[in-house]
Amino acid sequence: MPQTNRENGVSPARLAPADVQANFSDLHPAYDEHEALVAADRCYFCHDAPCMTACPTSIDIPLFIRQIATGTPEAAARTILNQNILGGMCARVCPTETLCEEVCVREVAEGKPVEIGRLQRYATDTLIAKGVHPFVRAPETGKRIAVVGAGPSGLACAHRLAMLGHTVVVFEARAKGGGLNEFGIAAYKSTNDFAQKELDWLLAIGGIEVRYDQALGQAISLDSLQGDFDAVFLGMGLSAVNALRLDGEDKTNVSDAVDFIADLRQASDLTTLPVGRRVVVIGGGMTAIDAGVQAKLLGAEDVTIVYRRGQEAMAASKFEQDLAQQKGVTLICNATPVGIAGNGSLTAVTFAYTETRDGKLVTLDETFTLPADQLFKAIGQKLGDTPDALVLDGGKITVNDAQKTNLANVWAGGDCASGGDDLTVTAVAEGRDAAMDIHATLMGAS
Amino acid sequence: MADLTSNFLGISSPNPFWLASAPPTDKEYNVRRAFEAGWGGVVWKTLGAEGPPIVNVNGPRYGAIHGADRRLLGLNNIELITDRPLEVNLEEMTRVKKDYPDHALIASVMVPCEEDEWKRIIPRIAETGCDGFELNFGCPHGMAERGMGSAVGQVPEYIEMVTRWCKEATDLPVIVKLTPNITNILMPAQAAKDGGADAVSLINTINSITSVNLDLMSPEPMIDGKGTHGGYCGPAVKPIALNMVAEIARNPGTHGLPISGIGGITTWRDAAEFMALGAGNVQVCTAAMTYGFKVVQEMISGLSQWMDEQGYTSIDEIVGRAVPNVTDWQYLNLNHVTKARIDQEACIKCGRCYAACEDTSHQAISMSDDRVFDVKDDECVACNLCVNVCPVEGCITMETIAPGAMDERTGKVVEREYANWTTHPNNPSATAAE
Repeated sequence: MPQTNRENGVSPARLAPADVQANFSDLHPAYDEHEALVAADRCYFCHDAPCMTACPTSIDIPLFIRQIATGTPEAAARTILNQNILGGMCARVCPTETLCEEVCVREVAEGKPVEIGRLQRYATDTLIAKGVHPFVRAPETGKRIAVVGAGPSGLACAHRLAMLGHTVVVFEARAKGGGLNEFGIAAYKSTNDFAQKELDWLLAIGGIEVRYDQALGQAISLDSLQGDFDAVFLGMGLSAVNALRLDGEDKTNVSDAVDFIADLRQASDLTTLPVGRRVVVIGGGMTAIDAGVQAKLLGAEDVTIVYRRGQEAMAASKFEQDLAQQKGVTLICNATPVGIAGNGSLTAVTFAYTETRDGKLVTLDETFTLPADQLFKAIGQKLGDTPDALVLDGGKITVNDAQKTNLANVWAGGDCASGGDDLTVTAVAEGRDAAMDIHATLMGAS
Repeated sequence: MADLTSNFLGISSPNPFWLASAPPTDKEYNVRRAFEAGWGGVVWKTLGAEGPPIVNVNGPRYGAIHGADRRLLGLNNIELITDRPLEVNLEEMTRVKKDYPDHALIASVMVPCEEDEWKRIIPRIAETGCDGFELNFGCPHGMAERGMGSAVGQVPEYIEMVTRWCKEATDLPVIVKLTPNITNILMPAQAAKDGGADAVSLINTINSITSVNLDLMSPEPMIDGKGTHGGYCGPAVKPIALNMVAEIARNPGTHGLPISGIGGITTWRDAAEFMALGAGNVQVCTAAMTYGFKVVQEMISGLSQWMDEQGYTSIDEIVGRAVPNVTDWQYLNLNHVTKARIDQEACIKCGRCYAACEDTSHQAISMSDDRVFDVKDDECVACNLCVNVCPVEGCITMETIAPGAMDERTGKVVEREYANWTTHPNNPSATAAE
């Protein structure tokens, strides 16, 4: 009999260690060579391929798959990494079902796309496992660039700048790099400490120094960076979270989903991580799914994700929604929280049904109550405090097509910058493109 | 990084991948795009004599053989040489060569078998600035009916004669393109050499009918209810081409004659194989026609990676490297004993090896009730059929039996010494080993 801890409240070790381990194994296990060859064989090497257009980093997908098919996964990895230095992580976390694989001609023809994400992982894992860093730096330019944030956009920017011969100092607010790759992705998507391994591998190019515990506005200021460096790239992501603005939000066991996800990723033993018997998650994006699914995998008996709009409006992809339901998570749409009950600790959450009328969300009178030991808020993140000199647009740093902000020699990318869709792969593209513009600007001026 | 620069007959190109004379190289527009895509050189589609241009059929020109999933394995065509005026081609070639001085541009030529025809056109084409000539003695359809193409290539005396005329008409390198539609490739190759050819290129296409329309009872491609044989090319012809290249490379009379390898080259590995068997460079057509010009990028990255891994630094180091190991059957080591080995971890239990061995070979694989397949060493002759029909790469391999161990099939101890048919006791004309 599997061990199950049905105690009410929030409690660790709800499942036996072996069950937790099995639950958190790789969501998309790596291909072996035979599987990779069979999968690669299905690619038609399309001309001006739709998958390539759909990829925010424009990876030459047909070429890399052909390189796998002809027995050169290392060459395939180079093709990928040329465009996307975090191709290894993107292979794991990209919502391929809404990007490359959605437009694969075999998806259109047969409803079964070439498994591009898993092939990309096969190629990049092969190269990284060999400990090969495939790029060499151009001769030193003498230019120094500050990058704020060691997340996907910051790292992509830093790597490209280092490759072009610049010297880069990355200022990371936390004690560990990787950004959302390290703190913000479901554990079953990035197993075996991959984010840190990829970070170490990326830094092997040289020319990049990472300084930890250096939050912007605290240990460092934009003014000083502008003074000390030839250019600054801001890639600090979204450090603040939205609030529900409901009474009872301060009760024990009401918390932000991003913190729960980060704790999960940092826990050395998942059975020590407490989780509620009945868990409610509020939100409709990837964060809500990641929190809900992982709560379930830790042993929560009931997990319900409640989203205020209709299912079609959920930011989480169909694949992610299906995954949640497969794992036994209940999705309730068109309901918004109106009350949080509990005497010190949370006991229940009350929701009112909603309806969309003339494009506006209307809260109805009818309500229902879910008993809950734990509530996770996954209703969006927002920019932390930013220097006043930066112009914002919709709560994000305004940038132009080249990721340039309104300030001289300051660029921005990733989730903190305007535009984009808050995906890892988009952040990488923005960091890379900013680096190219920084390079053009600095070298053109010299 | 390995240096892929190719220097074939003194003609340099950024890599050894040339587009063969064919529709992809028919005009300036294509050739410029091919160079931009990464091709090292082109052999311009065959030019004919001045005068009214060639006409082509206005129905289908190609037929195909497909593998699983409609992968194109073989292509057959009945297209003739260029159907554009000579002057237009020459102007375009001049412009392209001027803009791409570092890429190879070879003129393919086919005119009637008359000395003054060849001696008139060769110098004229040379004015384009082209790097050399390829004499099209290979096309097996259409032009052959008019005494050109493979009609010349099938008569060694004609090959030698025309090659000599061309060598007398130019100082540029002359490559003779050979037809495989003969019984012994050494004869036309020798004739080309005797005529002074700087190199041979092979193979041209093979006479073929790809399919028959069973409703209308006509070969395909079908033109108004009739069909004719075409020239076959693509991955399916590679083994035939490899053998012909190897024969020329290892034959004492033709050994050392530079070879431009052609025939189904689709990947870097195909190209490496041709070069290992003696080709100084390779020409590609069907792969480009199937996948577009971009396909060369995989050839470049793959060849480069493989050379780096092997420690080869230049193309010259791989050309002909496998030629010493091409031999006659009679010299193969009869004391080399291998047995099939099935990796039970990799086996997916399809049973194809069993069916092949049990029904058509040596009944050397056993099958248990729970579908475990094992090799019977006392029956296995090491024919390799199971390896070839197994759908999982690397699942079945051949293990060499060490000298001193017992070959359970013959009941004899495997001998250490090399011994071949020429000394075998069963051979009536065996020579004494001592």
